[in-house]
Parts: sequence; C-alpha cells; structure tokens
Amino acid sequence: MSKITTEDVEKIALLSRLKLSEQEVEMFRGQLGDIIDYIEMLSEVDIEGVEPFINAASEGNVFRNDDRRVESEDITTEQALQNAPQKDDGFFKVPATIASN
Amino acid sequence: MKVYELSAVALREKVAAGEIKVREVVDQLLARIDEFDGEIGAFVSVDHAAVRSRADSIDAQIAAGNSSGRLLGVPVAVKDNICVEDVTTTCSSRMLETFRPPYSAHVVKKLLAEGAVIIGKTNLDEFAMGSSTENSALQQTRNPWNKEYVPGGSSGGSAAAVAAGFVPLALGSDTGGSIRQPASYCGVVGMKPTYGAVSRYGLVAFGSSLDQIGPFARTVEDAALLLDVISGADDHDSTSCADKLPLSLEYTADMSGLSIGLPAEYFNTAGLAAEVKDLVIAAVDNLKAAGAVVKEVHLPMVKYAVGTYYIIATAEASSNLARFDGVHYGHRCEKPEDIIDLFSRSREEGFGDEVKRRIMLGNYVLSAGYYDAYYNRALKVRRRIAEDFAQAFEEVDIIAAPAAPTTAFKIGEKASDPLAMYLSDIYTISANLAGIPGLCVPCGKDSQGLPVGLQLLSGNFKDDLLFKAAYAVNNGNVGIAF
Repeated sequence: MSKITTEDVEKIALLSRLKLSEQEVEMFRGQLGDIIDYIEMLSEVDIEGVEPFINAASEGNVFRNDDRRVESEDITTEQALQNAPQKDDGFFKVPATIASN
Repeated sequence: MKVYELSAVALREKVAAGEIKVREVVDQLLARIDEFDGEIGAFVSVDHAAVRSRADSIDAQIAAGNSSGRLLGVPVAVKDNICVEDVTTTCSSRMLETFRPPYSAHVVKKLLAEGAVIIGKTNLDEFAMGSSTENSALQQTRNPWNKEYVPGGSSGGSAAAVAAGFVPLALGSDTGGSIRQPASYCGVVGMKPTYGAVSRYGLVAFGSSLDQIGPFARTVEDAALLLDVISGADDHDSTSCADKLPLSLEYTADMSGLSIGLPAEYFNTAGLAAEVKDLVIAAVDNLKAAGAVVKEVHLPMVKYAVGTYYIIATAEASSNLARFDGVHYGHRCEKPEDIIDLFSRSREEGFGDEVKRRIMLGNYVLSAGYYDAYYNRALKVRRRIAEDFAQAFEEVDIIAAPAAPTTAFKIGEKASDPLAMYLSDIYTISANLAGIPGLCVPCGKDSQGLPVGLQLLSGNFKDDLLFKAAYAVNNGNVGIAF
C-alpha cells in the first residue's frame, strides 16, 4: 500500500502551483501512489560507485561568448508581448506581489 | 496522378521535372484531408489559404529556374509542439490554445529552406505526455487502420497523417517512444535520432535530456531524407552535435558483415503478444536472409527503464512546465486574488490530468528528503542502462526488438490506468535514457489487420545503420491505410 497521504498530495500540489479540487486530490493520491510503488523497484539496483548520468550529449557542455547573437533573430518587445494575457505599456501585468501595509 | 500514393522522393522528382505543379500536389492532399480527416482527427490546424499561397510561390520559383530544394514542393505535417512562426502552436493543451510563437523551430526553418510545404499541425497527447493521443485537450485522433483504435502517442496525429496518405512526411518528437510507438501502431516508419543529432530549438520542452525530433514516412528513404534535412548543428541548442550524421540516403537489402542482437529480456516479457513476437522474429529472419548474423544479447538493466524514465522525465517536466504561469503566455485565470492564486488557478485550469500528474510526480521526486532516494538514484540507474547498451554494441551492430508489446489498443481501454499506459512504452523508453537512435519499421499486420512494428536500435551516431536494416526488412511499406 502506498505511503502517499492526502497531506502529501496537497503539499506537492502547492509546490507545483496547482489548485486542485478535493476530488482531484483523492484521484491523484491513488494514482501517484501506484506509480511510486512501481518506481520503488529501483531501490534493488546496485548503484555503488556509479556516477549519475546527467548529460545525454556525449560532448559535454558547450559554451559561447556572453554577447548578443545575430541581430536579425532578435524579437521585438511587441512580439515578446504578443501572447501575454495581460500587458500594460510594454510590460507583462501581474497582481501585486508584495502586500502593502 | 494520385499524389497521396507517392513517396516524398518520387514527388520531389516529379515536381522538379515539371510533371506536376506544387499547387496541384497540395490541392489533391487538402481535398483528401477535407474528405477524411473529420473521422481521423490527425490535424489540429490546416490553413488552406496559406498552404496554397506557399505552393504558388514555390511554383513561381520553379518557373524562374530554381528547383534545387531537397524537399521541393513536398508537403510535411508538423507535430503541434514544434513552433512555426505566427502559426498557433497548442501542444494540444488548453494552456496554449491561442499561442502564436514569434519564431520558428530550427527544424522548421530547415524544411522551408529546402522547399517543403508545411501543410498543417498535428494532434498529440497534451505536451507530448501520453501513449495514445487520448490526452489531447483538443480532439480524438483515430487509428487510420481501424477507427475504434488509438493511433498511439504522443505523436499520434503525425503517425496517422502519414498512414492515411494525407502527407508523405511528418515530424514528431520522441521523449520515451512518442515517434516509434505510434509508428508501430499506424504502420509507418518512425525514427528517433541519436540525442543531439537534431536541434531542439523551437520544440516545446518536456524532458530536455530525452527529447528528440524525428521523421515519420511511409518509406525508409523518405525517412532518411527528412532526417538528413533537419539534422545538424545549431548554436541555439547547446546539446546539438557539431558533426552532421552521415546518411547514405539510398539503400540496398544487403546486410552482409552486420550482426543483429536479440535481447533475451525483450522477448521473454509476459505482456508480449504472440502475434507481435512472431512477426518481429520473421522480420529478423529477413535480415538473416539478407546476410546478417543474428545472436542473443543481454540487457539486464532494462527492466528498470520504465521506473527510471518516470522519475527523470517527470522531474525535467516539472521544471520545464514551470514557465506556464499565466503571465507571459498561455491561459490566465479570471480575477486572481494574488500572484500565487494567479499561478495556481491558471495552471489548474490550463493543464489536463496527465500533465498535472507528471508535474506533481516530478516535484515529489525532486523534493527535500526524496531527491537522493528517487532522482539521484534514477540518474545512476540511467547510467547502468546506458552501459548495458554500450556493452551490447561491442558484440553486435544492431539490436532488434518489438516496438511495442501489442498492436494498437482500443480507444478508452487504458485511459483510467496511467501505469498500464506507461507500460506500453517498455520497449522504446531505454533508447531515450541511453541517448541512442531507434527506428520502427512496419513488419506486417496481426489477425485483426493492425500493423506491427519492428524496432531497431544502434550505437550513438550509427543512425544510418538503422535505415539500412529497415530497408532490408521490406522497405517499410505496408501501404496506405485506405
């Protein structure tokens, strides 16, 4: 039986910035529990001395100079904002992020 | 001339030779899409006027004496998680229903530079998360061979579009099998290149260390041609490799000097359908008849592949999908109380269940107290899986396996059991973890008339070997679905 509790799901949902309904919390508790039970099988693998596999590209990190790229590929402010749900005077618009006192 | 029956190579030749106008090519295919895509649901958007105007401009270019494009006048479908400038790119999600990217993906620029016509954007499981395309928030895609069945996923729209003869070529993306598994279910050639062979710039990110864009086609040469066009270095993707893949583009059914490995672990799986196993073995016999040496190999760690994948892919997804916040683009909730409410309700309303499940699983395995037990352990198991393959490729050139344990399943059959759905990818996931190339080529149909796919795997940057072997199987063609 899964170790995942309702509180666990609520905590992960908060970390994930998802406002779940009560029914969703219950559904995901069961489903995530099944999946986590399944992935527990990895605990039987011997990983002593094994380096984590981080970069699938065999050539390692690629660096470039910290400068502007091809000017013709720049996008304009209008383009950058063309999909913004709310904008104002060249800025993305959001609710107040710091409470006033 | 029936355009829908032609391969991309044949079509390009006829266009370049002036035997057919590009306008005629697209008119015929648009008519076929209009007639049949209502039932198949492969495309989420087709802009008829834009397609015709593109065709006319290529015709004008040919009339002016320039007919050099390697995909001149060839229609290509593009999975709707790949950006095309100013064309809605939805990822089949409510979150991005109206999103118009201000730039095109690297692969799209390559297609256009070679004279291709992008005919439309294809359906997928939301954000490429799924194995049946049932997770699309926009529409159902049906398998062209039998409309009661799923096309596979997540690139189900692209696979179905090629199988239905709507286009000779399509682009998909493959994070855990999302090209190869739908190719298997729809009876087309589908290929995931070596990680880094194709730029991911402009592909909406899911699992960045696993994602690769790759081709769908009805023939092996067509798939190789499309890969040749889209592969190569791109300085917008630091994981794209400097060296271009060496591809022959023309193949013969000669496997002499090559060895094929059959992993015992892949053929002794409880869930492997007998008919699938028999057809895959028969295809391997074709390779043997063409001169290949066949032997057994072992991949003892692959039984951990699905578990490893669902830790790493979800961890990467939880980070990649953090950008959908209701601020910069995408869905925004009404009347947010504060910034956290804005994020949390926009995401709750914009994402479907599978996407939420994976974001939460990813945040769980990355969270304090679980990071070492899950994520870090999975990265180490991933290395052991990659080492299994490296060792096998010391012994053989190519590994042959089923692409999926069964043929396509019925719509709705696995929709309420996420874990059962995940297990339909057991044969494809390892290649993404190891970074190696994998190709699915049709090798027959089961007694219900549903296609079966043979999967071929090779070492890093040996992608061309896969096309060579696939050609030797049957040149890929089980025909058009209807």
